[in-house]
Amino acid sequence: MDTLILSRIQFGANISFHILFPTITIALGWVLLFFKLRFGATGDEKWMNAYRFWIKVFALSFAMGVVSGITMSFQFGTNWPGFMETVGNIAGPLLAYEVMTAFFLEAVFLGIMLFGFSKVPGWLHTLATFLVAFGTTMSAFWILVLNSWMHTPAGFEMRDGVAHATDWFAIIFNPSMPYRLVHMLLASGLTVAFLIAGISAFRWLMRDRSEEVRTTLRFGLTLGALLIPLQILAGDMHGLNTLEHQPQKVAAMEGNWETRSNVPLVLFAIPDEEARENRFEIGIPNGASLILKHKAEGIVPGLNDFVAEDGTVQHPPVAPVFFSFRIMIGTGVAMLFFSWAGVVLMRRRRAGVEGIPKMMLIALVPMAFSGWLATLAGWYTTEIGRQPWLVQGVMTTKQAIADVPAPMVASTLFAYLTIYAVLLGAYISVIFYLAGKAAKGEPVSVRPSAGQATANAVAAE
Amino acid sequence: MELFGDPAQWLPLTFAALMGLSILIYVVLDGFDLGVGVLFPLAEKAEQDRMVASIGPFWDANETWLVLAIGILLVAFPTAHGTILTALYLPVTLMLMGLILRGVAFEFRVKAPDKWKPLWDKSFWIGSLITSLTQGYMLGMYIMGLEVTLFTQAFAAITAVFLTVAYSFIGATWLILKTEGALQLKAVKWAKGGIWGVVLGLGAVSITSPFVSDRIFDKWFSVPEIFLLAPLPLFSGLIVALLWYALRHLPTKNDSWAWFPFVATISVFVLGFFGMAYSFYPYVVPEQLTIYEAASAPESLFIILIGTLFVLPMILGYTALAYTVFRGKATALSYE
Repeated sequence: MDTLILSRIQFGANISFHILFPTITIALGWVLLFFKLRFGATGDEKWMNAYRFWIKVFALSFAMGVVSGITMSFQFGTNWPGFMETVGNIAGPLLAYEVMTAFFLEAVFLGIMLFGFSKVPGWLHTLATFLVAFGTTMSAFWILVLNSWMHTPAGFEMRDGVAHATDWFAIIFNPSMPYRLVHMLLASGLTVAFLIAGISAFRWLMRDRSEEVRTTLRFGLTLGALLIPLQILAGDMHGLNTLEHQPQKVAAMEGNWETRSNVPLVLFAIPDEEARENRFEIGIPNGASLILKHKAEGIVPGLNDFVAEDGTVQHPPVAPVFFSFRIMIGTGVAMLFFSWAGVVLMRRRRAGVEGIPKMMLIALVPMAFSGWLATLAGWYTTEIGRQPWLVQGVMTTKQAIADVPAPMVASTLFAYLTIYAVLLGAYISVIFYLAGKAAKGEPVSVRPSAGQATANAVAAE
Repeated sequence: MELFGDPAQWLPLTFAALMGLSILIYVVLDGFDLGVGVLFPLAEKAEQDRMVASIGPFWDANETWLVLAIGILLVAFPTAHGTILTALYLPVTLMLMGLILRGVAFEFRVKAPDKWKPLWDKSFWIGSLITSLTQGYMLGMYIMGLEVTLFTQAFAAITAVFLTVAYSFIGATWLILKTEGALQLKAVKWAKGGIWGVVLGLGAVSITSPFVSDRIFDKWFSVPEIFLLAPLPLFSGLIVALLWYALRHLPTKNDSWAWFPFVATISVFVLGFFGMAYSFYPYVVPEQLTIYEAASAPESLFIILIGTLFVLPMILGYTALAYTVFRGKATALSYE
């Protein structure tokens, strides 16, 4: 393998590992603020207990996000110097604004949010919680502005091979930004909804019958049920936006080779790039035309339009985009089913959590990480779908690569993969460990704290 | 923009100053919390918890200054960013792994099952050690102009050790300020043991740098510069002498002057930093690329500068707030 493919795998591994944690903290910050405000409004101890449990998950996720994020900021220089040399005038200010308006805000107030509860007035602690949530969201905003600009660049001109900004408003509000930002924020909300529902289901299965667990299970499923229709709508709009600006990506997602009308919605196939056709295709007639053009005879662009006359392929690799897209959609359908079924079962005859069959509670536990699967699959769809471009139409991924020997990249890649595998295992097992401890009513973490033991014992009834 | 003359002149200089400021703040702030990590295995179990408690609310924000410094290098001097980081590919990667290991250990050591705690404590220590060593190594390579020879690597290995000792020293002075009792006594002892490293490290860098290039030599040893710059080493020497005297008399009965070693060490760091900045100006990649050659387009720098002028005072303000909230002796960390 050469430096290019190794560097791509390394960047992909780094950013995939990183995004797992911001996806949780972006929405969990707001959920914690909600728990705290509910406690303030009702005085009901269950909200505070929920806050106490989930702030631990938040702190752990935040630390994982910080350390993997620092790695990201160095990767540009170590592996992709061409990126900043060519589009640094645009990417630079956006990244600078992320550091200045988001990173410091969240990092500084996180200290107060985590450890300042008894040291600062209540309003300041609530404000710190708000500012941390706001900071994570600002961070998402700036990074999605930059990412969207790489897909749909606008507001710049090229001078001597270097991009120069001409219109910052056009750069920030580039054509795909609003869709991508909404899609990602909703993904974060869904990830947290199912994480909370799944972990609460796990605690319930561990015979935790506290008010806290009843509340958080209902909260998670309800949040999921509310957000999933919005996400389907936002995803559809994002897809139409992509069709307009990056038709080759949509062609790969649909597995459509020829530009034509009455294109079927391919449910399953194995795209064969050598033969330039699908094998074992199962499809719904006219489906893709209906979804993308809202009429059966609508013309959908095909991949063969993106092959130059000399045979150079200018569309993304088809199979990874095609399958990632289906994994994302499949996970979304599972989310729709579980959240709606859960809400209906709990509401029916006011049965509450007891109305949910045990089999479904068991199935909810792995669903705790369904948001991760859908988010990663979605990112793979859009990012691999951008290839061979790094910045659509401006520079290819190959042009940005560093002159570092392949064995060196291979060795750092191996080290990263090892460390990430260990940390991921530790993270997931610690979350279940904390949940198990909470279910038994034992004091959870933060060792020398007698007050917490009492609180948890009360919570466990 | 025209108000201050040619923006292609003053913008790169402004950003070099901002980057320098971020690096300086980073070295001081993350320096003390990395140092506490390096000293970690020297303490008893209960003391270790208190040591982590003294840096727990701060470490994350401290590391953000590294992200800002590297961010400014990235956005203001993109070509330099690529050159420096590609040249330092392996040490950078090692440093990042060190940062990962210690960063997650803060959380895992208190949240994972008890039987794993010793492992996460080890990861906290080793991560802190790797981070300090690799930063010192990179500093040495940078001073040597990023050239890879046996001599430059040997020099970098020495700066690696000295920077680690310097971090441990400022870590120890932080502990003198933030702890009491037996741990504070230990911290004084550690600081006494580390001060020699600081003296040798400062000396090694100060003596070697001028001989790396004639340009740096001329900047220091020509008239009248040599007289104007004389206060820099003189003040450093004076402060180190005061530190040495203070450490022999600390802790005092009513814990007065516990702040002094930490503040004095910051001053030494600041003086040393100014000496280095003076040596390297106007180069961002030593002897290869000046800040003026490497700078981004003025219109992009200008839009960052506007944001910086608004945001930086706010960042400094709420950082001060955090240090005020968690002032005084460190208490056990609790979410309650």
